[in-house]
This record gives sequence, C-alpha cells and structure tokens, in this order.
Amino acid sequence: MRLPTGGRLDRSTPIEFTVDGVTRTGYPGDTLASALLANGVRQVGRSAYLGRARGIVAAGVEEPNALVQVGPEPMVPATTVELVDGLVAETLSGRGRLAEPNRGRYDKKYVHCDVLVVGGGPAGLAAAVAARRSDGRVILADEQQELGGSLLSTPDPSLPVLPDDVQVLTSATVFGYYDHNYLAIAQRRPTGGRLWHVRAKRVVLATGAHERPLVFADNDRPGVMLASAVRTYLNRYAVLAGRRVVVCTTNDSAYRTAVDLLAAGAEVLVADTRAEVPAVAADVLAAGGEVRSATVVGTDGDPEVTAAHLDDGTIVHCDLVAVSGGWNPVLALHSQAGGRVRFDHELSAFVPDGGRQANTSVGSAAGEVDPGPPVWAIAAPDQSWDRHFVDLQRDATVADVLRATGAGLRSAEHVKRYTTIGTAHDQGKTAGVATLGVLATALGVDTPSPTTFRPPYTPVSFALFAGRDRGELHDPARVTPIHEWHLEAGARFEDVGQWKRPWYYPRDGEDMTAAVLRECTAARTGVAMMDASTLGKIEVVGPDAPEFLNRMYTNAFAKLPVGSARYGMMCKPDGMVFDDGVVLRLADDRYLTTTTTGNAAAVLDWFEEWLQTEWPDLRVYCTSVTEQWSTIAVVGPRSRDVIASIADVDLAFMTFVDTTLTTGVKARIARISFSGELAYEVNVSGWDALATWEAIHAAGAPHGITPYGTETMHVLRAEKGFPIIGQDTDGTVTPIDLGMDWIVSKRKSFVGKRSLRRPDTARPDRKQLVGLLPVDPDALLPEGAQLVADASDLTPPVPMLGHVTSSYRSAALGRTFALALVKSGRDRLGQVVHAPLGDRVIAATVVEPVFYDPEGTRRDG
Amino acid sequence: MLLIRCPWCGPRDEVEFGYGGAAHVAYPADPDALTDAEWAEYVFVRDNPKGPFAERWVHSAGCRRWFDAVRDTVTHEFLEAP
Repeated sequence: MRLPTGGRLDRSTPIEFTVDGVTRTGYPGDTLASALLANGVRQVGRSAYLGRARGIVAAGVEEPNALVQVGPEPMVPATTVELVDGLVAETLSGRGRLAEPNRGRYDKKYVHCDVLVVGGGPAGLAAAVAARRSDGRVILADEQQELGGSLLSTPDPSLPVLPDDVQVLTSATVFGYYDHNYLAIAQRRPTGGRLWHVRAKRVVLATGAHERPLVFADNDRPGVMLASAVRTYLNRYAVLAGRRVVVCTTNDSAYRTAVDLLAAGAEVLVADTRAEVPAVAADVLAAGGEVRSATVVGTDGDPEVTAAHLDDGTIVHCDLVAVSGGWNPVLALHSQAGGRVRFDHELSAFVPDGGRQANTSVGSAAGEVDPGPPVWAIAAPDQSWDRHFVDLQRDATVADVLRATGAGLRSAEHVKRYTTIGTAHDQGKTAGVATLGVLATALGVDTPSPTTFRPPYTPVSFALFAGRDRGELHDPARVTPIHEWHLEAGARFEDVGQWKRPWYYPRDGEDMTAAVLRECTAARTGVAMMDASTLGKIEVVGPDAPEFLNRMYTNAFAKLPVGSARYGMMCKPDGMVFDDGVVLRLADDRYLTTTTTGNAAAVLDWFEEWLQTEWPDLRVYCTSVTEQWSTIAVVGPRSRDVIASIADVDLAFMTFVDTTLTTGVKARIARISFSGELAYEVNVSGWDALATWEAIHAAGAPHGITPYGTETMHVLRAEKGFPIIGQDTDGTVTPIDLGMDWIVSKRKSFVGKRSLRRPDTARPDRKQLVGLLPVDPDALLPEGAQLVADASDLTPPVPMLGHVTSSYRSAALGRTFALALVKSGRDRLGQVVHAPLGDRVIAATVVEPVFYDPEGTRRDG
Repeated sequence: MLLIRCPWCGPRDEVEFGYGGAAHVAYPADPDALTDAEWAEYVFVRDNPKGPFAERWVHSAGCRRWFDAVRDTVTHEFLEAP
C-alpha cells in the first residue's frame, strides 16, 4: 500500500530484498519493516510461546514482534534495518542463531567531549545548536540513519541546520550510561560496527518517548499498531498501513495520525477513551473523519484485523486498529546514570526526577508529551483477561500478572521474574509501564512503582564488544628471545600467564607421555636444558634492601652472603603462601629476586605497596628485569661437563658468579636446582639469549643434551616434593601446611607471621601437602580429583579429605605418583585414600611428598 | 568506568588503577603483641560504609604511585582531592 508520492525515499532506484525466500522491491530510505508494509506484508514470525500470528506494531527500536535474522546478526527488529539492495532476512519466532564466523569489521573509538547530546529529534537538535554556541566540543548521537527523530514522521519536516563542527553520529545507539559520565555508543556500519567510548562533561538526554499500546482482548492481532507508528509509516515511508482505520486513544497525539490518514484517503473513526472528546477532534471532523467517546474492547480477524468491538456494543469493520495508550518518556539512560524517576499523574507515565550525574533531560524525555488518563487494561465483555497481552514477546497477559499477584507477589521486580514480563529482547519497552499499571490496579494502589533500567538500552552484539581483540589479538603473547628455536624444534607450547612456554618437545611419533618420560630420563641420567627466561625477576636495591626482604620473606635474607642464593617464600598477612623463588645477593645493597612466572607483576606490586604505604622510611627501590635477563637451565649429572665447555667456573651449591662465556658473552651462572639434580642456571642479556642457548646446545651435543619443557620441569620438581605455588597451593595453604616449617623464621618478624599462630591456622587437622602412590602403579590420578577415606559407600554426605594437586608418570620411579592436599595428611602416612571418579575408583597410599633421592645425594652430581 | 584523579597524573580512567581497599588501616607496629582477636581485626575486618569511604588506589598503569581518596560508595563521586 505504497502511496504514489511522498516519503523520504529515493524512488529513482528501486532495490530488491528477500524475506523468507520471497523477493520484493523497496526504495533506499526504507526500513525492512516499511518495505514489507509497502508490499502489503504485515505479518511476521509467530509468537514464541503461544504460536499466535503477530504483525509489525511499531516503527522503531521498541518493536516487539518483527524480529529478523540478517546475515550473522540475530534478533534484529525489522523496524531498525536499513533497506539495502540484495538484503536477505528471515523472520524469527523468539530466537535467532549466531552465524560463525562473523566476518564483519568492528572497531573501537575513545573520545572526550564537552557535551554529548543523545537523540537527534527536535529537542536534541535544538540542544546541539545551543550547546555549540556556548560550549566546546559537541557530539550528537542518534540511533537512526537520518537525524530528525519524530520530525521525520510529520508531513513536511523542516530540520534545523547544525553547525559544521558538531560531530554527528548516525545509526549510533547510546546504549550504556556508566559512572562519571562515561557512555557507550554502538554505531552500525555497512561492514560491521564501531563501539564508541565517550567521556562527556555534560550529557543532554533527548531520548524521546515511546507510545504505549492499549491492552484489550486480542490486542496482539496483526493490524493492531501504535498510532504514532502508523503516522511514521505514512509520512516518512509513504506507506498507508490501512484503508479503514479505527484509532483508539487516551490522549490528543493520535488525532495527528487520524488527520494525516484522512488526508491520504483513508476512512477513520477515532475512539477516544475519555468521556469528553477534545477540541482537536474538530480537525478530524473537518477532514471527514468520525470521533466518538468510546473504547476498543476487542478485535476480530483471521488472523489479521477485520473488525474492532467498541464498548458501546458496536462492531466497526476495519483493516487497521491504531492505538495510543499514552507516552512513556525514554528514561533508560537517565535511570542507568542513577537518576530518580517519579510517576506523573497528568501524563500517566514516569518522568525524570533529578539526575545524579551531570546530565539534563529535554523534550519528550523530560515529560513534554501529550497528557492523558491512565488506561491500563480494558475489560472484555466476558471479563476474561487471558487474551489481553501486555508483553507480546513473552506472550504474557493481564491474566499472568493477576496470577502473580494472586500468588502473593507485590513488588514489580518479583512480578517481572514470576511472569518474565520485560525480560525479552525488547526489555519491555512497550510492555513495562503497562504492566506496572496493571499491577498497581490489581494491588489497589494509585501510583505504580518503577523498575530499574540497566544497560544495554538495545541489544549489542558480542562481536562489537570484541572488536579486533579476537584470535591472535585477543591477548598479547609474550615470547622469550629463544622462541624461534623452540618453534623450529617442534615444541608444543603451554600458556603461562601471557607467556608461551615450551611444554614438551615431541620427536617423530612420540606422544606427550613418551616425550616427557624421555626428557625426564635425560635430566636424571645425562643432561637436559630448559628455557627458564619467563621467571619473574626483580632487582631490589638500596641500603635498606636487606631489612625489606627480611620483612617480606618468611626466611632471612639480611645475612645472605654476596655471591650466594637462597630459596625464599612469601606470605600474605593471613599467613597463606603468596609466592616463592630464589633470591641472589648481588652486593650489600642489591638483590635479584625471582618470582613464579605468572606472579611477577603481582609480586612487584606487592613490594611497591609495602614500600609506599607502610614503610616509606625504607630506602629501597624495585625494578623489574624480567625482560632484560634470559635464563637457561642446564640440568643433570653431565651438566658440569657442559658448563665447563662454555665457562671457567667452579661453583658450590646455591652460589653464583658473574663471568664471561667462551663465546665472549657476559653471563651470570648460578648453581640452583629445581629438580634435585646437579644443575646450573645461565643468565645472559636477552640479546645474547638465542646464541647462548645454541652454544650450550652444541656444547652438550656430545652428552646428548635434551631440551625439555614445563611438563618435564613439573614432573622433576614433583618427584622431589617441591610445590608449585598456585598449583599445589590455592591461597588457603600456609608454609606449615606444605611441610616447610624449616623456611619459617622463628627469630624475625615477617608479613603473615602473626597469622601462623591463629587458632585456625595452627589447627592440626588442616589440609597438608602429602604424596600419593596409586596402589595400581599404572593408574594416573586426575589432577583435581577429590579424595575420600572410604569409597565403599558414596551416599552423600561423604566426608571429603582433600584433592589431588599434581599427578604424573615418573620415569625415575617407573610408576605414577601424585601430590595432594589432604586433611591431617601427615597423620595419614601409610593409609590408603580413594579418588571416586564416577565409573571407577583409584586407591592410593599416602606417603611423604619427597619421592626421589630424599637424602639429596644427587645435588652435587 | 570511574574517572579517578591521580595526584601525580591527573584524571584517568579506572582501568589504569588498582584498588587497595580501606585507607588508614596501618600495619600493626608489633603484630606479636596483639591478641588473636586484634590481629584478626586487622587482617580480616573492614568497614563497608554506605556513603563517604576513605580508600586506597594505585595508578598501576601510570605512575605506579599509591594514594588515598574519599569516595561516596552510593554515587561513586570522589569527595575530596586526595
């Protein structure tokens, strides 16, 4: 029913579009909804729950029915889809689907401005002009592709001209209003979208108003539309939505629709719910229409509207019922920003009642809408309420609201959750206030109470939030200077924090188990090497550095001789282990501390916090040198031979020396072992790391030197019972729980020490780190497996003893083994515990956590 | 996204900062002299007021300095220049 002239269309270039496989024609300037109506199509997907026929109701984002899938974008209101040539869409019934992959291009912008005007209707345009005169940078954002808002729905709109330097964003929905005037805008673009983050000094909310539908029997029939939408389709898109129209209204606004319909040649009857028709009725009468004080109480149709029933008993044949139940100022952003709202009895709507942030509501959003009495639900002659739809998307009726109040619910938030009203894709844009009115009536109160708005105002795709931070760009990858070598050697990698660490180096035909057993054997019987560059490294420098480390670590560092290294552990004030690592004393006033790979930044922050906030008197500064140093571990009985061929050093255990390698590279070589074997750590500048790795690899070739990864490192350390902080601990484990009483100084104070004698922390039945040897030496306990004392009766509640923290196959032991945190674990040595795993149970004997070389004889080779 | 005024760098987005909880909770001078209850009060117990709250922030992604600020926990407004 496209009119021959009019509308904001480019009629010179008709374009084709396809919905549900049927191709039709429209014009640039159409939305998908207006093009469908122009082709006489007003039915869309059936309702999600009841399967009722539904039609296009609105002309904007508040549309509850006409949801379509457009390419990868699910659940888009057809009323917001710009018609482009070749558009393909599919109507939906309450559910879309994600299409993979979404090849759209999505970007982000971060901007500041003095004034952000939200909404490009008459109030927003006026605000932007005024703001530009007095303020600095002005941004105007509007969700539609053309500025003008409600002006575009009038017969001959004249739009104010904006100053050139107002930045205008169209197809840009301000969907979130966050703290301190931080707003988010989703801008649709032909090939994807753009997410704008805006920090504004002031915000003008010109978000307009949404018309409320009327709630009468069978008000969901296709052909029942909002009166303002009918006017928009007529004037903006030159679409006559019906030829015989009943307009039912509670206020004056719908008379404008009636007048424009009459001018376009339609027959119009206005049923005004008020007892007296207003003066504006004269315009309708003058144009040849009819006006009555009456109310629509029901509709006929199969399924589209063919007649309206009025409360005076008459039945009016018609093909369109245009309704106006009043106007709701769009308060979503005002409310998101913390602003209050109040119910205005003149307007029968909620209006802003004071903002909390630097914003102002103007125009319809501020309540400048046509007043009218509340008409929440219109009784049917048979007094039934189960075809009076308040929420079209949720198929929820007045009967559902009454069921909720009948169940004793009074709060709007409770009723919302009980009935699901307002929780669909449209978040109750048309349903919300009507429901609150029905609820207030049911509860016998005059004033409905509001609900809370939360972002987003309209749905935003995850693709837009993700932007370009996808795939490889999702998170930065940190690699060591030796990374290329690992790649060429065929290493499999493991993510540790942001680091890519070699996990193991499979040879032809090897699986992970075989590769790790081979790497472990090399380290225990020959020589092996590992890239340990990712260890966190912090230089702690200053005259008070010894005192500072004494306070931070559970063990003492003040008297550590220059040239020596010591393993240390740190706790949080609650006495729980936070991090561990080896500390080297470089000079009287200079230490190099190492941290676990994943905790380097947290440890540096921890040091800084204490130095700045508690002990500013200590003359200490901390510098991260993680990236400056690369570390190569050389491990195994043959490691001394390999080191001897690249450097002239003779080191005792836990000492280090600065030296020059035979290659001319300056290096710091330490004798530190995380495996129990004779072992060295060669530290060089990152620039020299790859060459040094290759030199050591070449020097070790006669001994069969084997590169190994993190998995082998984990097995070797577990065989020695060395815990990994964050794997064998979880923030509830003290050094005592780990069986490491020896590292807790009795003589000095340190952070967390006082907690270790709190009654709970000193409890004897805490979970303690123990070893587990599965009774079946080939059974591998899954890490995380829960442990119980008796697996013969697993009827809940079953007392839980703890869980497996580490579990491996050991080449050295020729069997599986595990570490676990077990309640009163050290009292259970020799006992058997059980891991129920659903289809099987693994039994394991509790043992000391040091499985290999408990005497430490292998340390010196 | 709060706008937080770093005393050294000026107003910056919240993502640049780390949160340090209540301010003015000093590490006890002699933890060993405290009873278990007093020590537990220091370690575990913090005020959670509705309204003005003195708290600590660190400009982690900027100058890395710690500072105190007073924020209204209802409105998120910062009430005093630190």
